[in-house]
Amino acid sequence: MVDSSILPLELDNVSYEIDGKRLVKNVSCCFEAGRSTLVIGPNGAGKSLFLRLCHGLLQPSSGLLRWRGSDGQTGQRQAMVFQRPVMLRRSVWANVGYALSVKGVSRAEREPIINRVLQCTGLSRFEDIPATRLSFGEQQRLALARVWALSPQVLFLDEPTASLDPPATHQVEQIITAIQSAGTRIIMTSHDLGQVQRLADEVMFLHRGRLLEQTAAEQFFDCPQSDLARAFTRGELLWWHRKNPLHPPGISKEISR
Amino acid sequence: MNDFSDAFIAAFSLLIQLDADLVEIVALSLTVSLTAVLSAAVIGMPLGAALAIGSFPGRRMLIIAINSLMGLPPVVVGLVVYLMLSRSGPLGVLGLLFTPTAMVIAQLILVMPIIAALTRQVVEVLWAEYEEQLRSLGATRWRALPTLLMDGRSQLLTALLAGFGRAIAEVGAVMIVGGNIDHATRVMTTSIALEVSKGDLALALGLGIMLVLIAVAVNGLSWLIGSPGQDRLLRSKRGGGYGRQQYPAARTR
Ligand SMILES: Nc1ncnc2c1ncn2[C@@H]1O[C@H](COP(=O)(O)OP(=O)(O)OP(=O)(O)O)[C@@H](O)[C@H]1O
Ligand SMILES: [Mg+2]
Repeated sequence: MVDSSILPLELDNVSYEIDGKRLVKNVSCCFEAGRSTLVIGPNGAGKSLFLRLCHGLLQPSSGLLRWRGSDGQTGQRQAMVFQRPVMLRRSVWANVGYALSVKGVSRAEREPIINRVLQCTGLSRFEDIPATRLSFGEQQRLALARVWALSPQVLFLDEPTASLDPPATHQVEQIITAIQSAGTRIIMTSHDLGQVQRLADEVMFLHRGRLLEQTAAEQFFDCPQSDLARAFTRGELLWWHRKNPLHPPGISKEISR
Repeated sequence: MNDFSDAFIAAFSLLIQLDADLVEIVALSLTVSLTAVLSAAVIGMPLGAALAIGSFPGRRMLIIAINSLMGLPPVVVGLVVYLMLSRSGPLGVLGLLFTPTAMVIAQLILVMPIIAALTRQVVEVLWAEYEEQLRSLGATRWRALPTLLMDGRSQLLTALLAGFGRAIAEVGAVMIVGGNIDHATRVMTTSIALEVSKGDLALALGLGIMLVLIAVAVNGLSWLIGSPGQDRLLRSKRGGGYGRQQYPAARTR
């Protein structure tokens, strides 16, 4: 590797607000090189906003975000896969090619890279099809192929397996593992606790815009530090916080009748 | 009644024999309007796209200006172009008045705002969808602009056809700046106006039929492009101009 790592990424008291509403609150943390981090938390906790802040798509309203190893070229060395895959209205092949062309990879160099990532993601046979025709799961794989082609140092993934069926989830996890073993630092969100156990070296727990916990994965599942995290891992958070539950525990039979 | 059917028969025989006058007039019409629409596209599409994604001073003013230009009465445009190009006007030295170029300029001014406004709409919608992804890939706004035009191509073609429809059907402006000179600046619409007033219904009807056919063809084309599943018409196999056919190296498989 000629280029040095842009990691670690350090957040110092980062907050993000829209219209006076604080959606990410005083987050301080550090992402070291060489591990994978899974960001978890209930819907609306601010996970997607958090990833966007880290990736640089949003600017913090206050606080500091710093790539400590950087020489200024941080944007070129990181990539993101969004919760909803965005497909360019072009062929599958051209979708990957476009990402490479933006990065300034020459045409001659693009071809073998595209072929390789499409093959590795099992999309070779779709290469001439408009990307918008792919199924949701295939689109998610194409989004992964597209960032894989860029060989980023850091890859942000926002719920890459949400609404995928188990085989597709398995496929996507394998792709993520392959990208990781090629040397990419993974930072991703997930709702699937099984997946967190399979993929995470480190877990971050977000709740209502606050970072409540950043610990090693085993420790998180053995004895989470905050009681909210414990409730979340046991799937109890639903009742924990609803002030007016739609279905108070115990009356589900009456509702279904 | 008899006059009417005679005129129809005469009109059809003109069409079938490809009457020289008729062909000349139709050819000039198509040349003028196509040139105007293509030049309008070259200016209007990047302008519309820039208005959709850019943030620069005067953007709002430009949007308002273009939207109001869309509703300009053609005769007013004709008058303004006439004043600019007339011998005593600021561009009089060019000697363009009563030439096809003057007609192209008038039509361009009429069509450009339509193309720019429609492009802005198309690109705005697409940008809302693409923005984060393109920024994440590291594309600047300048880099995004051609991407958005490329990916909005099927809707943009519809915008072009709408512009062409307005250009080819336009009478007042080309009459004023072209002068409807025989064998020089006589196009379909101005000929129809003239022939009807002269009482030569056959040529007028023949040209009218041609105009209707062109309108139907244009509408048919935009319908084909607009209907789902037909977008293949516009899509090269590799799609989007980044296709592999352009690569010199042959496929290995
Ligand atoms: N542009 C915005 N304007 C106002 N509120 C916003 C905006 N974007 C996000 N929010 C709010 O910020 C909160 C966090 O949003 P975010 O998308 O980060 O949640 P999340 O943790 O990713 O949830 P999910 O698990 O459902 O994806 C939500 O309550 C959301 O409504
Ligand atoms: Mg989210």
